[in-house]
Amino acid sequence: MMRIRIAPKRGFNFDYVMWLFTRLSALAMYLLAFIGIVGALIMGARQSMNLADLMRWAFMPEVTHVQNTNVADVNAWKSTFWQGMGILFVFVASAHGLHGLLNVVEDYLENPIVRKILRYLVIGVLVVMNAIAIYVILHS
Amino acid sequence: MGLSRKVSLRDALRYQGKGPMLTFILHRISGVGMVLFISLHILASYLMNQSWGMNIGTFINHSFYETWVFQTIIFFFVLFHVINGLRITILDLWPKLMEYQREAIWLEWCIFLPVYGMALFVIVRTGLGLGG
Repeated sequence: MMRIRIAPKRGFNFDYVMWLFTRLSALAMYLLAFIGIVGALIMGARQSMNLADLMRWAFMPEVTHVQNTNVADVNAWKSTFWQGMGILFVFVASAHGLHGLLNVVEDYLENPIVRKILRYLVIGVLVVMNAIAIYVILHS
Repeated sequence: MGLSRKVSLRDALRYQGKGPMLTFILHRISGVGMVLFISLHILASYLMNQSWGMNIGTFINHSFYETWVFQTIIFFFVLFHVINGLRITILDLWPKLMEYQREAIWLEWCIFLPVYGMALFVIVRTGLGLGG
């Protein structure tokens, strides 16, 4: 039994925008990680942490990620700049990640109502998780 | 095109997708894994800040998330997703390069294996308490 799902019109639609967003947010995250690595090296990461710690910092510039290393001054690693970079990273990464999760799940679903419910559920999860992540960044 | 794929498990396992299929599957697994584990990590870090959830948050973060065994898994997910995603982004935004997809996948492994190997070496050596 073959069932047919109406494909959206070609051109500038929601699916295309999200397809482009996935690629562009990926590029944005490479830039954020690069800024994280350069910033860590400027703050003396070469003497005070190993490769794994540096990568952990690059993927999320959050001060608890360097608390087990030998950094001289922890306060430099939780400045407003790094908190802002962390929040930016959370926004980009959560949108990218939850859209990707939805993409994977929708590949195995065909009921349009379930798909619509799932989409709103994911938007709700996105808002709540972003709020929690920002709270964690600002309170650690 | 229909959406239902009635493919038997035997056929699915015998599908010879080779390199591109392997990266496709690993990209999906690593992406879903990252969403699940990083969400868990954020929730645990939130609980660690609250007096009512400090114990469970500390348990998840210290006894599970920050163990060296789990770090090797999450590092695999993140690094593979990052390097494979860079390949996908470059080839999708400059479609003329799609002709060289297989070469790009070989290049991708040539970058991934040394970087992951170095991180693995550091994590395992630190985890076993051999210095570092």
